[in-house]
Amino acid sequence: MTLHPMIAALRRHKAGVVLIALQIALTLAIVCNAVFIIGQRIQRVNRPTGLDESNLFLVSQQWVGAPSGDDPASVDKLDSMQQADLAALRSLPDVASVAPINSLPLLNSSWNGSVALQPGKDLRAGNARTTYYFSDEQVLSTLGLHLVAGRAFTAADVQHQAMHDQRGPSIVIMTKALADKLFPKGDALGKVIYLNGDAAPTTIVGLVERMQVPGVGSWTNSFTWNATLAPTRLNANFSRYAIRAKPGRLAAAMHAATPALYATNPMRVLDDDSVKSFADIRAEAYRADVGMAILMGVVCLILLAVTAAGIVGLTSFWVGQRHRQIGVRRALGARKVDILHYFQMENLVIASVGAVIGLLLAIGLNLLLMKHFEMDRLPVIYVLTGIVVVLALGQGAVFVPARRASNVPPVTATRAV
Amino acid sequence: MFSYYLELALRSLKRSPGLTALMVLAIGFGVAASMTTWSVFRAVSGDPIPWKSSKLFVPQIDMWGPKGRGPDSADNEPPNAMDYTDAMALMHAHRAKLQSAMYQISPSVVPADASKHPINVSGHAVYGEFFPMLDVPFLYGSGWNADDDTQRAAVAVISGKLNDKLFGGVNSVGRTLSIEGKDYRVVGVLGHWNPQPRFYDVVNTGGFSIGVEDVFVPFERAIAMGMPNDGNTNCSEIPSESGFVGLQRSSCIWIAYMAQLDDAAAVSGYRSWLDGYAKDQQTAGRFGWAPNNRLRDVPAFLDQQKVVPSDTKVSLLVALGLLIVCLVNTAGLLLAKFLRRSSEIGVRRALGAPRLAIYAQFLTEAGMIGLAGGVLGLLLTGVGVASVSWVLPKDIASLARLDFSLLTLTLLVAVVATTLAGLYPTFRASRVQPAWQLKSN
Repeated sequence: MTLHPMIAALRRHKAGVVLIALQIALTLAIVCNAVFIIGQRIQRVNRPTGLDESNLFLVSQQWVGAPSGDDPASVDKLDSMQQADLAALRSLPDVASVAPINSLPLLNSSWNGSVALQPGKDLRAGNARTTYYFSDEQVLSTLGLHLVAGRAFTAADVQHQAMHDQRGPSIVIMTKALADKLFPKGDALGKVIYLNGDAAPTTIVGLVERMQVPGVGSWTNSFTWNATLAPTRLNANFSRYAIRAKPGRLAAAMHAATPALYATNPMRVLDDDSVKSFADIRAEAYRADVGMAILMGVVCLILLAVTAAGIVGLTSFWVGQRHRQIGVRRALGARKVDILHYFQMENLVIASVGAVIGLLLAIGLNLLLMKHFEMDRLPVIYVLTGIVVVLALGQGAVFVPARRASNVPPVTATRAV
Repeated sequence: MFSYYLELALRSLKRSPGLTALMVLAIGFGVAASMTTWSVFRAVSGDPIPWKSSKLFVPQIDMWGPKGRGPDSADNEPPNAMDYTDAMALMHAHRAKLQSAMYQISPSVVPADASKHPINVSGHAVYGEFFPMLDVPFLYGSGWNADDDTQRAAVAVISGKLNDKLFGGVNSVGRTLSIEGKDYRVVGVLGHWNPQPRFYDVVNTGGFSIGVEDVFVPFERAIAMGMPNDGNTNCSEIPSESGFVGLQRSSCIWIAYMAQLDDAAAVSGYRSWLDGYAKDQQTAGRFGWAPNNRLRDVPAFLDQQKVVPSDTKVSLLVALGLLIVCLVNTAGLLLAKFLRRSSEIGVRRALGAPRLAIYAQFLTEAGMIGLAGGVLGLLLTGVGVASVSWVLPKDIASLARLDFSLLTLTLLVAVVATTLAGLYPTFRASRVQPAWQLKSN
């Protein structure tokens, strides 16, 4: 089949061809970028935090009229209150282990600083940014962190201090990602570092495989896996407890936590938000990403459906318009399949032109999004897949009207319209 | 004549129900997607205090210097909040008509009823001028005065919601409230007040907040009582002293500040005062750099802080793209539909109908499709706005709502856009040569 008569025919209804090609181009441009956004969000949401998330929950509470924590006596008082809470929670039948902690991955409340290889560096300078988790000797088992080198904290390591106290810990466990950044040779264990521009040294005693920072905003992108664990109970007017329930006993353990804490000390605030499963923390943290992915998915579906329907509509019209010509071709010996191929080929030509324009538009739209909205560069594979999809969509949409065209009987040629 | 065109259009649309349905569906979905994302965008980008936002200013002072911004900071933007020292200096200078330093607190409140557990409330420690400056509406009583500020009076302003919860909604002015175990006298109860974005403290709320502000206490009282700040604390260096007092003596930033400046003269006066202040600090050796201040009004500050989430903007952009595709689609289908009726046009033209009449007839038809698409769009927008609440983050989703102006806009956009899409097909229809059509029949 030669393209020449087809192109000659297309030139007779330029406007319709231009509109269909434009529609395909715009669809391709938007769908490519939208699917790229969906892919990125899915990737973000599915990255593991490094925690064993099942059976894990968090209790956040605040004491009423608690001591200020500005003098040693009141810090000790706060710490004994926290220890009483820990003892109460650890004695619950459905609880496997409990660790006091200032935050958790995905919780969006964080304490961040810097790690330096030299003492007295600026807080902002340092060799790497990190987030800090302050906890005790049960932190690894409670969170389900995977120790890959060195040792865990022991009860003897654990200190306590007021939240605004700036003393750094003498030993830490850090994530492998942070250790590798500081010591690219992989010999971080036992090395000395300086936290937050401090002059006092800190020794790395253990490495965990992976642990995410609490923040999920784009501002944490530069240090998502840089976490440092300190064997320190922080004393403030509030406290948080990460609790691992015994397998399958999450609901029961969550239910028992509030009464146990009230029994220890009723002068505290515990409300509906105070006891949260990690699954809920995760869902809340990624709500915006999941929402964006759903929205983009819906838009893509509508776009593809509208474009397919548009092709069906316009091709049907062209088939109707060329009823007589089809009859003539059939009378002159063209087979049904020739007519079918003609319309399929015609659609392929239009869709290809649209796809080429769409490719340029997709890249243009991506550049626009990159410039204004912190998007990444669109990988070529998305555009290529997109082109295949719109071409297939065009072929699928054109099939029904094209088959109707192929069924036009040759006798039509002899009839007046 | 118009009713005749309506009848013609109706008849024509009935003749090809499939094609008509297709166009109506495309317009409906396109408009609904745009309007749903628009409702979210409108909610988050709105001016929270339109009658006054251009008179309310956020001063920024560079207390960190170039070193404090870190190695990866590209611009020379000073910190977006204040440390205690500078906030107090600004308060004591009192150069604006009204001003207030403020910080976020989250104290506990113990109900008078001993059988009830203590609750957490969120709020701000502010100066008395906060209330008249932001036109905060009072249900009962009022804010406190300058004497209460300086005497660190144990007074509090509470929200209507907290008043309902603790005092059963009656006028509680003069009653006692136990905050962090200390008694405070209620001086005012707020009416409904929940501005979004939280323009007076963007840094701590990120712009939007689900909760209502339940309690306000005098700033200096809160400091004296050691009521810790609940929001962000940002430091360029580790404070040399520990505790909340150490935080107050450090250059860490945790205080928001707002000032009311009524005219250009007041603004430039304040600006030069800020520069003079920074220069004084430089002379005194506290700042080792030249003055680097900002004084932005509320809209400019919200913009600079990028309060509107980029997801919201991208969604709106993509949805508008969808609407354009739907319109291109409709234009193509209308073209096909109109040109199929070339012979009818030929007859009308031959019988003396001017081109204008053809325009009127076909644009009426396009408008009708737009109207039908708009009605479908209304329903789908309703579904869209309702489903936004389980798709988007709660603080933003709760702001998107269906109101009369959104509904009107939906219909208007549908009709106008479809009519525009119908312009080219109509132009082509009006160019049909009557003689040629009659001959070919």
